[in-house]
Amino acid sequence: MSDISFVRTEMLPQQEPPASSVGVIGWMRENLFSGWLNSVLTVISGLFIFSVVGSLLGWAWSPTWSATSLNECREIATGLGHEGHGACWGVIRDRWVQLLFGFYPPESYWRPILAFILLAVALAPVLFSDKVPGKLIYLTAAYPFIMPFLLWGGTIWGALSAAAGFVIGYFVYKAVEKAAGSLAAVISAVVAAVIWWLFLAAPVTGGLTAILPIGVEPVDSRNFGGMMLSITIGVVAIACSLPIGIVLALGRQSDLLIVKSLCVGFIEFIRGVPLITLLFVASTLLNIFMPPGTNFDIIMRVIIMATLFASAYMAEVIRGGLAALPKGQYEGADSLGLNYWQSQRLIIMPQALKISIPGIVSTFIGLFKDTTLVSVIGLLDPLGLSNAIRADSDWNGIVWELYGFIALMFFVFCFSMSRYSMYLERKLRTDHH
Amino acid sequence: MKKSVFLGALTVAGLAAGAAAAGTLDDVKARGKLNCGVTTGLVGFAAPDANGHWDGFDVGVCRAVAAAVLGDPEAVEFVPTTGKTRFTALASGEVDMLARNTTWTFSRDVDLKFEFVGVNYYDGQGFMVPKELGVSSAKELDGATVCIQTGTTTELNLADFFRANNISYEPVPIETNAEAQQQFLAGACDVYTTDASGLAATRATFENPGNYVVLPEIISKEPLGPLVRHGDNEWGDVVRWTLNALIAGEELGITSANIEELSKGTNNPEINRMLGTEGTLGEMLGLDKDWAKNAIVAGGNYGELFEKNIGESTPIGLARGLNAQWTEGGLLYAPPFR
Repeated sequence: MSDISFVRTEMLPQQEPPASSVGVIGWMRENLFSGWLNSVLTVISGLFIFSVVGSLLGWAWSPTWSATSLNECREIATGLGHEGHGACWGVIRDRWVQLLFGFYPPESYWRPILAFILLAVALAPVLFSDKVPGKLIYLTAAYPFIMPFLLWGGTIWGALSAAAGFVIGYFVYKAVEKAAGSLAAVISAVVAAVIWWLFLAAPVTGGLTAILPIGVEPVDSRNFGGMMLSITIGVVAIACSLPIGIVLALGRQSDLLIVKSLCVGFIEFIRGVPLITLLFVASTLLNIFMPPGTNFDIIMRVIIMATLFASAYMAEVIRGGLAALPKGQYEGADSLGLNYWQSQRLIIMPQALKISIPGIVSTFIGLFKDTTLVSVIGLLDPLGLSNAIRADSDWNGIVWELYGFIALMFFVFCFSMSRYSMYLERKLRTDHH
Repeated sequence: MKKSVFLGALTVAGLAAGAAAAGTLDDVKARGKLNCGVTTGLVGFAAPDANGHWDGFDVGVCRAVAAAVLGDPEAVEFVPTTGKTRFTALASGEVDMLARNTTWTFSRDVDLKFEFVGVNYYDGQGFMVPKELGVSSAKELDGATVCIQTGTTTELNLADFFRANNISYEPVPIETNAEAQQQFLAGACDVYTTDASGLAATRATFENPGNYVVLPEIISKEPLGPLVRHGDNEWGDVVRWTLNALIAGEELGITSANIEELSKGTNNPEINRMLGTEGTLGEMLGLDKDWAKNAIVAGGNYGELFEKNIGESTPIGLARGLNAQWTEGGLLYAPPFR
């Protein structure tokens, strides 16, 4: 008997996985058709998406870019055979510059453009501190004076004398600190700067302008409009609300009774009132309180109100970050012998702000979108302008094209803010994964 | 920082304003610009074009006043106001006058302390329905759903009208005219009601205007006119007589085409007085003697303004109707220039 047995002596070559479990088909089987319920849902969703996107594209794909009125759009659409269904993009071609710049004088468009490019440069050292030269921080410090000068124009001495107040305050602080201690120095520096701004800055500016009239054409606030107005209000309010919010959040946690109750009162009052109410206060009530003939810039009033509003929300977001820090961090800071401000600056705030990033950014995004509310007080932001554009008898009756364009512009800004916050969270992540 | 600068400026400006409360006319002359409150956009009455240049029937009144006072129809700062901010803007002095199709009512004139200087458009509330509804009178609208802008006098007028006729309706509240158009076209309501001029402008934008009819009933009086603050009668006179000059200009046949010739002197003494070749009317108002000429040159007389902005040759296509001269069966009746 021969002993016949089968023993494989070599390894089989590895087989390709079956065609149904790799590649596109495999992915689809796994993700889309992994059971009859999921298959049905996939088919239904697919049909739904197809019909929505299809009709949307059918509407948007409309060669009406060169039309000069709604009627012309309709003639083009009728000529192409899809009557009564098609976007009228001529209005965007006709008005996109207006939607961006409002009534800003066209020969000065370079000024808001330059201001916003400089804004990006000035923000870089703050936002991407590890990627740009540190010297840029000087531009960041100078930017609050450059931006109003570029946007509103006028003489350069106005911006310089506003900046001079800070320089004067600094020198007074240095001088008094040696003689009378730091609290007296702070107080006298503030007093000196305020005296300069209130009583000396105007005549000095006037005198210097008379001697050396350097400047650009002044632009009235009334001419601000469109996206530029939204960005101006949004950027200033965002930039101011973060520091104010931090101070309010610290004040709310303070042991000093007056400071604490002031901060709590402010935050709760502002949060208890709708933004529209504050805007109406800015546009109408302030007008009545102030003596007739005063011209307190309407955009400045709105910016102040938007800043106050955002600060109150910001304060609560940051307080959330502070509350999330373990008590050990505070005690650790104390045990190192740091004083209050040192421990806030070096230990508490960096961690609290990091925790609060998502909340801070969503407050920013909310604030930026809230700027469209100014249309109810007659400022022509993109939404207000869309109404004004419809009042042109050429474009009366157009709705979706304008709203779509405005939504797209807002999306670009809000989405980039949101992506930036995700980048920042990744960069600042210190735990180990 | 900014706040303190502005508050400082405020204090100073407040002191200065307290010391010198000059009349509006002097203020406008000193400023070299007229601040005129207009709507944020209403078809035919006020709208900015692609270059930001304002145009329209109400805007024409602003430009005429600017031309009469300053000699330049472009010397106007247009301040867009909403229905909610318009009266405070005027009362606080932010604007010198409002030309913002505002209805002249008792309480606005008396209680809000404004002075309506005249009427530049006689409007009234009307109804628009789709033709297929087969309705020919507003009294047949029993049980209809009505699109209506909230917070306006039209809402109250509507309730009054239906109650007086003992019929019922269901309101569909909407916020803006654009929204109303969409809702009405989508069939969310059977009837759209607003001022007749607004209905005409809205209907003109429809793809098939012929499918919709404006019912004959006009259920309210809406005299729309420019207004100024109470108590500054010199300024009120300037605006009132500028408007009258536009109206009288049409009546007397003074157009922007023939005004140069007429202002050399005619044998009609009233034209001569108006255009400044006789008498001292301009001086009495505190203006140049060719004030009325400038006002008419700015955009034409009343009839020309009407034709250019809202008349039958425009897409809005409003007939003169009540807004014809009194000699032609309308209500326009300018007092004599004497």
